[in-house]
Amino acid sequence: MSGLLEEMTAKAQALNVPLSVQLDLTYRCNERCVHCYLDHDDHGEMTTAEIKHLLDEMAEAGVFILTLSGGEIFLRRDFFEILEHARRLMFCVKLKTNAVLIRERDANRIRDLGVESIQVSIYSHRPEVHDAITLIPGSLKRSLDGIRHLKSQGLRIIIANVLMTRNMQDYSAVRELAAEIGVECTLDPTVTPMIDGDRAPLRLGVDQNVLRQVFRDSALVGDIDEFCAVPVKSDESALDATPCSAGHTACYVSPYGEVYPCVQFPIPTGNVRQQRFIDIWRDSVSMKEVRSIRLKDLTTCTQCTHVSSCTRCPGLAYMEGNMRGPSSQDCEKSFARTGVASANMLAKKQKALNLIQIRTIPSLASATA
Amino acid sequence: MSRLYVARNPKVAARSLDGEMMIMSGRDSTLFTLNRTATILWQAADGATPLNEIVEQRICPEFDVEPAVALQDAETFARDLASHDILQVSENPIPSKMSFAGEMR
Repeated sequence: MSGLLEEMTAKAQALNVPLSVQLDLTYRCNERCVHCYLDHDDHGEMTTAEIKHLLDEMAEAGVFILTLSGGEIFLRRDFFEILEHARRLMFCVKLKTNAVLIRERDANRIRDLGVESIQVSIYSHRPEVHDAITLIPGSLKRSLDGIRHLKSQGLRIIIANVLMTRNMQDYSAVRELAAEIGVECTLDPTVTPMIDGDRAPLRLGVDQNVLRQVFRDSALVGDIDEFCAVPVKSDESALDATPCSAGHTACYVSPYGEVYPCVQFPIPTGNVRQQRFIDIWRDSVSMKEVRSIRLKDLTTCTQCTHVSSCTRCPGLAYMEGNMRGPSSQDCEKSFARTGVASANMLAKKQKALNLIQIRTIPSLASATA
Repeated sequence: MSRLYVARNPKVAARSLDGEMMIMSGRDSTLFTLNRTATILWQAADGATPLNEIVEQRICPEFDVEPAVALQDAETFARDLASHDILQVSENPIPSKMSFAGEMR
């Protein structure tokens, strides 16, 4: 984050302004990615009028950065009407798409409407790997065609890759492909549970060995020694910090109008079909509870040396059962990065040891003697 | 001195935060913030009202400043923002080139 954006974010937090919102326009999708956290049925999406009204409310509430995502946003026939309305309200609009449906004319309209960036999911440079993840034959070619149309309009494009066992060999080649096209590239090593809490997608994630290797790739992390440094115990003042921006300066709205602190933090806080967006943001009991949590309030993590440097996701912790608890996936990442086990990992190990202790039972021993 | 007209570039993103305008350039995503005076000028930059009128009607009454000095500052500021593609400056009224002109909040 740039210094100025950091400054404005701090100001927004102090003023309780939701600076950034991800709005999913639909959960319908033309791909069936094996790791996706959504179901793809339409359970009653907001209408065009409802979304436009919500955008008016968000602008009034001070939202600046608006990420339009899904599902696949271009499956909504009213997508450009929504985008045009959002830009009329002068949001900084970011799009997340698989780009499969983007043709030259669409790219041209996106440029004319002044979209800040477009994030496109690409999982491999090899069709047989990418298409086996999206489950749509020909999808890599169509996504890359879409990216090239967008690039030809001078738009900022970010290729987003998710690291899984199925594509772990390919992340360097995806970066090379991005460089060749002239676009940015990110790699996310976290596969998340389904939004309904089903943890089945986690089995697709990579193990410690792969994480260790990725975290020692200077092309990804920069200075390896700094990135993988053993954590030092934080001073007390650092524990007054908030865990992340979810519920503080950012939130998420589903296609059905449900408001959550983040797309990965599905604690219900209200629905914009029943309440004003700003009233949910300011007054929801759940939102206030999320907002009240400081690092010092975390149950296990306060004892952990990683507490200040950990990427702990409160949403993943919530989906594990306790929003003040640890997120095991982030414990694994901290361990892979530094070689130092987290307090949560040590506690689990101790619990496992307790379970498998074998003791001689004196009464039985004497009975058989 | 010829009249200058100023218009917000519709490709930028903008939002007011506690009276200060945050603006993200459509050219390179650089973020700018404007102080209160600059924010008033930005909000009034509709492409139709001459800069001297904006200064006289919106800035001078608010900030107890000599019109000539304020106009000179405003011109410098407008040209600076124009160099970042945030504002358009012209000696003629600037019609909106897009299907919308941007609603300020």
